[in-house]
Amino acid sequence: MLKIMIIGATSVIAQETARFFATEGAEFFLVGIPADKLVVIKDDLVARGAKRAEVYEADLTDFDKHPQIIESAVQAMGSIDAVLIAHGTLGNQKAAEASVEVALKEINLNLLSNISLLTLLGNYFEKQRRGCIAVISSVAGDRGRGSNYVYGTAKAGTTTFMQGLRNRLAKSGVAVVTIKPGLVDTPMTADIKKNFLFSDPATVGKAIYLGMKKGKDTVYAPWFWRYIMAIIIHIPEFIFKKMSL
Amino acid sequence: MTTPLNRLKQYKSWGRYPTVEHKAIHQIHWRSDLPDVNKFEETVLPYGYGRSYGDSCLNEGGILLDTSYMQQFIAFDAEQGLVRCEAGVSLEQVLEVIVPCGWFLPVTPGTKFVSIGGAIANDVHGKNHHRAGTFGCHVTQFELVRSDGTYICSPTENAELFRATIGGLGLTGIITWAEFKLKRIPSPLIDQEKIRFANLDEFFAISAEMDQRFEYLMSWSDCLSGGDSMGRGIFMAGNFYDPPLGAEPSAKKLKPFVPFDLPSIALNTLSVKAFNAVLYRIPLGKRVRSIVHYEPFYYPLDAINNWYRLYGKRGFLQYQLVVPLEGDNEPIREVYRRIAQSGEGSFLVVLKAFGDIASPGMLSFPMPGVTLALDFAFNGEKTLKLLDELDTIVREARGRVYPAKDARMSPENFRAYYPQWEAFAHYIDPKFSSSFWRRVTESANGQ
Repeated sequence: MLKIMIIGATSVIAQETARFFATEGAEFFLVGIPADKLVVIKDDLVARGAKRAEVYEADLTDFDKHPQIIESAVQAMGSIDAVLIAHGTLGNQKAAEASVEVALKEINLNLLSNISLLTLLGNYFEKQRRGCIAVISSVAGDRGRGSNYVYGTAKAGTTTFMQGLRNRLAKSGVAVVTIKPGLVDTPMTADIKKNFLFSDPATVGKAIYLGMKKGKDTVYAPWFWRYIMAIIIHIPEFIFKKMSL
Repeated sequence: MTTPLNRLKQYKSWGRYPTVEHKAIHQIHWRSDLPDVNKFEETVLPYGYGRSYGDSCLNEGGILLDTSYMQQFIAFDAEQGLVRCEAGVSLEQVLEVIVPCGWFLPVTPGTKFVSIGGAIANDVHGKNHHRAGTFGCHVTQFELVRSDGTYICSPTENAELFRATIGGLGLTGIITWAEFKLKRIPSPLIDQEKIRFANLDEFFAISAEMDQRFEYLMSWSDCLSGGDSMGRGIFMAGNFYDPPLGAEPSAKKLKPFVPFDLPSIALNTLSVKAFNAVLYRIPLGKRVRSIVHYEPFYYPLDAINNWYRLYGKRGFLQYQLVVPLEGDNEPIREVYRRIAQSGEGSFLVVLKAFGDIASPGMLSFPMPGVTLALDFAFNGEKTLKLLDELDTIVREARGRVYPAKDARMSPENFRAYYPQWEAFAHYIDPKFSSSFWRRVTESANGQ
């Protein structure tokens, strides 16, 4: 059965994805904060059919601890077949515009922590010569917009890093899956007024599950965001800059 | 995992009548992160998937606590058949987990898109009431968070709160998680039998016999034909199928949906008559046997997403009554006569005999007798007047009307149906209220 490491396991999208793997009897190594919520998720996955689940509390902005997280996962499960990196914050764009500190903090969690983890995981999987690395990026990384470009920058950086990693690891038979959810109804977007573009986290979870199983390169979740973004990235900049999106 | 959580949720009830404005909606994502309800000025009410038909899931001017995000399982004992999960887990999600392990819900209503919290708060019943009672009969314990603290409730611990919360319409606090017993099944298939009956006399005659042979039993009845064929219909009976070794028939899973509100004209007396005539095509007295998957057997309407739209924007009223089985069952006959006279067609009429298994719930609806569930397109005063007339018949027969489906019964009738309401009211959390509760207790509290 699959041995899956989930980093940022309290993310609702990660949970929904994990539930699909759980019904197949997968084993989990759940990383994130806080420990009590990780235990809630562990119990849920086991009840839904997971063979087992281990929890590991870790602050992901503490980069020095990253090697230890991965070593612990390998030690606990023997090996890692797939990893899903799902942690992140939407942040407050206005606050980030007003403060360099806030802006860099966003970049630190949403981009630099990914680079740190992916560097270590990339080497692990390259040596293993099989497996799947999936990261939740965002459609927000496809084009910078006034309303959330700090977040978008972190996601664009993640997407580009993943692209390069995919190119490198293709030779080793490792799948590198970039997931780009659109608007999803989760605690992250609790303060945003919902419209018809919002999706259910379970729908997004299923798209990620299938994308990881098939080892796809890029997964838009749900699928229709591929076409929305295709239009958005092709709007000429002289028009785009005057739009408020 | 696939429950269609309508993310454009409008926080309405399933009948789309009445519609009210709420002050605020609070989503609850973790059972450890409940809001302190004491900090709200307004009253609160838990809201799951909005499958209650009337106003029992609404709290006009107040706050709704959306529990549908709380979807964690806590434990599943596949040996003993015991599930513990959060209140927002839907019956569909429970089925996805338990059916592959050879278990089924002990009791299920006609839709699987309800939450566990809602199943308890409305003490739902199903086709096996005569054998298994209500959902509340199978609940072993739950956690109730009230404005004054957190309580574990079971038949032995905080037993009064346990009894008040089962069928308590969400008024006694928030159920965060619950534990309940499951039923062993040999397969997910149903050995089904359909039998046509010519009128109510035949219904009562066959019903007594069928109750003995079948665990699951309900019938579809035509409320528009009068005279000798008054109440004619079809029994749908079933037991779980124990298949001999070999291939199992697979269920077809088509999912039509209603993409927009139909014009109000779509459901009228003529179309209801046509529908009932088609339904009634099975030859009289003939027993038609088939093996079917549990989904079409239990949840025929779940195959149509948003079926409330069949009734158009005006919405519809559900009405479910129960009256004791007595003599020649004149009250039920009178109900059929009134409906036929009124010309208000009811599309789906479900007729069933309840058994005598008592629920622990204080304010539970089911009681020994015969129950009839109807739905009426909302045609304003005309519809309300008919239902008031039916209320009187039920009241005189010492029966009850189901609060989970009600949007209009009078305070006087409610108190006559549920004389225990004052004893129940003692357990209501002072920070909790609903549009339904204020409506049916209005003059009694002098508000």
